[in-house]
Amino acid sequence: MVLAAGATLALILFMTLTLLAVILGNSLGYFWVKDLVQLKLKDGSLIMGQLTATGRHALTDVERLQLKVGNRDLYSQDFRWVDDSEVVERTKPDDAYLLERREHGNFFGFLKELKGADGESVTADNVTLVKLHTAVLDKQRGLKSIKKEMSRLNQASEQLRLKIQKLEYKGSEANSAAIAVLAEERAKLTVTFDDLNEQLNQKQAELNKTAVVFNDAAGTSKELPLLEIVKIYQPNSMSAVAKAGAYLGKIRELLFDDPRESNTEGGLFPAIFGTILMVLLMSVFSLPFGVIAAIYLREYAREGRLVQLVRIAVNNLAGVPSIVYGVFGLGFFVYGIGGSLDKLFFPERLPTPVFGTGGILWASLTLALLTVPVVIVATEESLASIPKGIREGSLALGATKFQTLTKVLLPMATPGIMTGLVLSMARAVGEVAPLMLVGVVKLAPTLPFDGQFPFFHMDRKFMHLGFHIFDVGFQSPNVEAAKPMVYVTTLLLLLIVVAATSLAIRFRNQMRRRYTTSHF
Amino acid sequence: MSPEPVDLNNHPPVIEADHVNLYYGTSHALKDISLSMRKNQVTAFIGPSGCGKSTLLRCLNRMNDLIDSVRVEGSITLDGEEITGRSTDVISLRRRVGMVFQQSNPFPKSIYENIVYGMRIAGVNDKATLDETVERSLKGAAIWNEVKDRLHDSALGLSGGQAQRICIARAIATNPEVILMDEPCSALDPLSTLKIEELIDELKKQYTIVIVTHNMQQAARVSDATAFFYLGELIEMGDTKKIFTNPEKQQTEDYITGRFG
Repeated sequence: MVLAAGATLALILFMTLTLLAVILGNSLGYFWVKDLVQLKLKDGSLIMGQLTATGRHALTDVERLQLKVGNRDLYSQDFRWVDDSEVVERTKPDDAYLLERREHGNFFGFLKELKGADGESVTADNVTLVKLHTAVLDKQRGLKSIKKEMSRLNQASEQLRLKIQKLEYKGSEANSAAIAVLAEERAKLTVTFDDLNEQLNQKQAELNKTAVVFNDAAGTSKELPLLEIVKIYQPNSMSAVAKAGAYLGKIRELLFDDPRESNTEGGLFPAIFGTILMVLLMSVFSLPFGVIAAIYLREYAREGRLVQLVRIAVNNLAGVPSIVYGVFGLGFFVYGIGGSLDKLFFPERLPTPVFGTGGILWASLTLALLTVPVVIVATEESLASIPKGIREGSLALGATKFQTLTKVLLPMATPGIMTGLVLSMARAVGEVAPLMLVGVVKLAPTLPFDGQFPFFHMDRKFMHLGFHIFDVGFQSPNVEAAKPMVYVTTLLLLLIVVAATSLAIRFRNQMRRRYTTSHF
Repeated sequence: MSPEPVDLNNHPPVIEADHVNLYYGTSHALKDISLSMRKNQVTAFIGPSGCGKSTLLRCLNRMNDLIDSVRVEGSITLDGEEITGRSTDVISLRRRVGMVFQQSNPFPKSIYENIVYGMRIAGVNDKATLDETVERSLKGAAIWNEVKDRLHDSALGLSGGQAQRICIARAIATNPEVILMDEPCSALDPLSTLKIEELIDELKKQYTIVIVTHNMQQAARVSDATAFFYLGELIEMGDTKKIFTNPEKQQTEDYITGRFG
């Protein structure tokens, strides 16, 4: 018996640790800027890339290696297998460049030509390249104020459009004067907006003149506007310290930047933000409802067939497949409640939905429904475990049932309730299937929480780490290149779960210290 | 030995039970009990387990209300006021009739907060009043000197005997007329038991005390009147000395001499 239990435990530990090791190994290595290797093949051609794997071919049993060759716009594939026997020479040219681009993945190649601000040729060396690149990015940042103003105008115009729509809905003839005024106002805004847009386009075109020409290993040249380039590295001549700096920079980008290239590159900030916000919102719903339900069941309801039935239902609720909750959330929250809200408050906008479509509010409510049984069961258990004497002691002093509950029982049950909350949060963070139906999207243009009135936009769709894993790993056009991102996202999700859990456990232990009985 | 005459003027009856019957569902737990408890006296309920003595005690502050299936017939009065009816204000009754349990049950709060709990739920929050109550109650329960320097430490860190005296202090903090004690010493060591017994002797100067005990010596030591219960019936009640030296019923004599129970 003991042996079997020990073996099982060891097996579980082993599996957990292996999983962790795989995730850590695959994700942490991703940020390291690997050296570029140039291979001369038997037929005299040159290829360059980062070594990603080695192994034997399954059929021919020939030793071979895999290169990430990048330059997707030139070769249409990111990776290439080369047989070892094909390779004549292997070098690491110091002047090889690695460019992170906004589109088409990384570029590996050699600097050939630089074009300055007016498109004229300038000295093509690394110092000038970096200088020009920084200058262009600075100017690009300078355009932000125009973009901000444009988005403000756009918003104002949209508000006017909705107002007009509302008036038209109420009767376009009766309100024709007001509509005309608004329409005129809107037309003015549109003119200003168009002006700004033209300005922006012009400046952008100006900036795009600053370009660089790179040759790939085979000698094909490619002209790139500097704006297209996110980061420039020369990995073969970077010191370890410089690489470590780049490593930290990439982690920073991951945590605080928006994703690029259909989510396979760039940061995860919107997904992290969405996940955390959704779980918090879910706790706000599930905690009070769960605790109140448990209090009713344990303290007030008369033990009988009905209560038993409710309890069974609650326990079964925890076992329902989560996709079923998704469908329910879609039908009940999104179409039912959301649709009704739209009909009541935003009839003029129909058929465009406001609340009648997936959003963070509905997603949180759906998950709250999914996790509330966990909170109920945990709360009931912890209330039940409080000794009868404590209850009687309070009542015997003339306390009402409610006073006993709030002054003695609930504080004592808090550690147990916290445990329930932790479990429910851990479950909610990992849930993906129902969210796909009620508000998670691949790419959300705006965060659900921002500086715009009313700041918290419960109707907005959001991004989620769990869905991100599914999307990047299985829905991406370039799965091989996206693989590291899947590991990184998984690691982040795990980290969030661990962080949330340990925080709650700490809190619970503090409470427990205060409320445990210790008699000598 | 002749029983000492009880001065009825000094010790008027406070609680009077008249033909009380109690049922747990269909089982008849108390059968036609009539007795009275006198002011500033200690009344002990003795009898073997399951004889109904605790059940009767719990009728006196309506703790039986917590059990759904309980039904009480007959009348119990406190100072002439009926306390078994539906219209009785149970909350104020429990303020007038305090209770100490077999297992000491301090709340997971500080000693101070334990004592003032009854005051706070009654809406008293004035610090001076609370401070005064704490000192009075802890002195009354003979534990002031032991805990006065750590009033704000958790009450859970106290020993069994101390915790039980804290519970007594908590019960007297609300100034009840009657204190019910349900085997208050059965979980304590002899020394702590001795302290509680001395305390009971002291307390009866101010309060009327009803104590349920398994320990016959204890009943003999601390009580003025003793009631012997057997199988839900009140077999005999009378002056403690008389019950222990010259009981009228054979059953009582068998029990106190240890022939059964």
